[in-house]
Amino acid sequence: MTTASAPTDHPLHRLSPEELEEIGQAFQAIHDEVRADLGDRDAVYIRSLIEFHRRLAALSRIALMASRYPPAWVLGVTGLSVAKILENMEIGHNILHGQWDWMNDPFIHSSSWDWDTASTSVAWKHSHNYLHHTFTNVVGKDKDVGYQIMRVDPKQAWEPRFLAQPVVNVLLMLAFEWGVAFHDLDFEEILKGRKDKKVLKEELKGIAEKARRQIVKDYVIFPALSGRKGFKRTLQANITANLVRNIWSNAIIFCGHFPDQAYTFTEEEAAGESRGEWYVRQLLGAVNIDGSDTFHLMSGNLSYQVEHHLFPDMPSSRYKEIAPKVKTVCERYGLPYNTGPFGKQWLMVQRTILRLAFPGGKVRPKAPPYVAPEVVEPSRPTVPAMGGPVPAFP
Amino acid sequence: MLRKRLLHAARAMTTPLLPDDYIGLLNPRWSTREATGTIVRVTPETEEASTVVIKPSHEWSGHKPGQYLRIGAEIDGVRHWRAYSITSDRDHPEGLVSITVKYVEQGLMSPWFVRQARPGTLVFLGEVEGTFGLPEALPAKILSISAGSGITPVMSMLRELDRRDAVADVVHIHSTRTAERFIFGPMFRELAQRRAGYALHERLTGERGRITPAELDTLVPDWRERQTFLSGPRAMIDAFEAHYLEHGGEDTILRVERFQPIIGTGNADVGSGGSVSFRVQDVQATCGVGISILVGGEQAGAMLPFGCRMGICRTCVGKLRAGKVRDLRTGELFTDEGQTIRTCVNAPEGPIEIEL
Repeated sequence: MTTASAPTDHPLHRLSPEELEEIGQAFQAIHDEVRADLGDRDAVYIRSLIEFHRRLAALSRIALMASRYPPAWVLGVTGLSVAKILENMEIGHNILHGQWDWMNDPFIHSSSWDWDTASTSVAWKHSHNYLHHTFTNVVGKDKDVGYQIMRVDPKQAWEPRFLAQPVVNVLLMLAFEWGVAFHDLDFEEILKGRKDKKVLKEELKGIAEKARRQIVKDYVIFPALSGRKGFKRTLQANITANLVRNIWSNAIIFCGHFPDQAYTFTEEEAAGESRGEWYVRQLLGAVNIDGSDTFHLMSGNLSYQVEHHLFPDMPSSRYKEIAPKVKTVCERYGLPYNTGPFGKQWLMVQRTILRLAFPGGKVRPKAPPYVAPEVVEPSRPTVPAMGGPVPAFP
Repeated sequence: MLRKRLLHAARAMTTPLLPDDYIGLLNPRWSTREATGTIVRVTPETEEASTVVIKPSHEWSGHKPGQYLRIGAEIDGVRHWRAYSITSDRDHPEGLVSITVKYVEQGLMSPWFVRQARPGTLVFLGEVEGTFGLPEALPAKILSISAGSGITPVMSMLRELDRRDAVADVVHIHSTRTAERFIFGPMFRELAQRRAGYALHERLTGERGRITPAELDTLVPDWRERQTFLSGPRAMIDAFEAHYLEHGGEDTILRVERFQPIIGTGNADVGSGGSVSFRVQDVQATCGVGISILVGGEQAGAMLPFGCRMGICRTCVGKLRAGKVRDLRTGELFTDEGQTIRTCVNAPEGPIEIEL
């Protein structure tokens, strides 16, 4: 089922207007059902998670005060890395999407939340929520296709600068939070002179302020709190935690749209699209990652990239619940449900980045239409009795 | 100065969060980011109304008798806000505050307060507001006309007068469906026994209907010389306001507290309705006659900020970008582009665009 087939005809063009309309309604119904059901249990989830993150971060910082002892160092780095990952992905990313705005909580709200990364929430909300989520995988409009510094799709014209992308790729991985922050500025617009100078200055000031605070916190204050003997070790620990977070979030995010299964679109294909077409484009342009509940949590549920792109404002904790319904729609209309194991997806992305550093390259094979695996009823031991077999363990 | 420095240092350690976010982990009630309170008890006053007694997490900064409190609570994961008149004395010995809530069948917060709120529940405390109430210089003669749950601000006014031993000449006419449904009835009756300066007229609307302005001359012949406090449903207030304007003396003072039910849900027959384009949410909504921008937007799936839903708290404001809106309470029309409007009490008049 997950083995790739030869490139099929484009699902977006194969569907009739009526089918597209039905698909639009089906997805909208999934969205509305969850929206109507949101309540206490969801509020408890996000609050507990925020609380867990804060406790973990505080404890890790305390552990790192003894960072000159290796066990404390390992414990502190592990805790801090996990805390930073949770804070950026499952908490920050999702709150800034407005997934928790329905609670009407003044602090857990997309308009007031700030996160521990170099991007200012305002600039990120524009480049991510608006540009990326609206024009997903439309080459030329979605600036997240290669982030304007890499060629990840054969539709992007090759330029000599892409020869450097194997190196750029590694640098971006290591400095991902800075990459995202500067990406929000939109280089293309700046180079073409289309960006308002005043806005640019404001945004640069915003990044500088966030950078200053993060650097002071992670690389000055907390190392200093470990005393003269511990300063260097805590500094190393904090650098490590930020690196771990950068590499991990880069890996998860790259696996969301750059694996082979993801379709990309031309501006013509996306022009004047209906609601149904919009849903289908989101479905085709995103790729999930298989994994355990812990894996999904650590990836901010971006491993449910398909569900996230269909319903960016739905609380992430609900993606797992609706995944079967999304699959049902896929099966009914012969659409693929893009997914794969983490290692395989990540290697695919790396292969594409290396290959497309050079001219040419062709569209990779896509996934076949989704077919639900046959459910085999497990046979139960039975005991013979009068009137036929009865289950031994009813 | 030292405190400021310490706070600054603490902020540098917690950025982008605030030190408060971590203090709140130890005890949510220590947080200084927003005022909270704990429900101490819920006491039934009548079959439908209960007094909710609250212990504020910080020292109560006081209120003027007659003012209302904006209070928030979380119901099924969503924070809701309403405004209720404060019924407690501002000098409560234990620093407690109370509101008195009447159960409204289709309501959301009133059933919660009356039927579900339990001691220990956390509530959020907003601003204390309102200009209705006793002036600094106490009037010599007072007339208080109330009906139904409009009794609540009168309660805190009389409490104040009683405590200050200043119940000089107060006439109070209260309309209630039955004697049992008179919120604080026993307390007012007791006050009438104890204080010669307080005369109470209970009007049972089940038998004779609500009091009308025409009856004033017989019931309170000197009503023109009294400072009048009017508190109750809209129809009653409108009738008395018109009467005072026409028949009142030059020096007659009338103070009014309007008790609005939640409006904007189509219960007001004002204006024409229209379409709303929410610019930020990217949602198109259509509002029928009497449907507020907020309600229309929510029905169309927009996630809009909201507070009291009665035009008080300004949580729901957005900038008008194009078109005309009408205030459902007053019928007033607003057309200025860039004006900040409250979505909960304004309805579109034709197509509008709003920055939300």
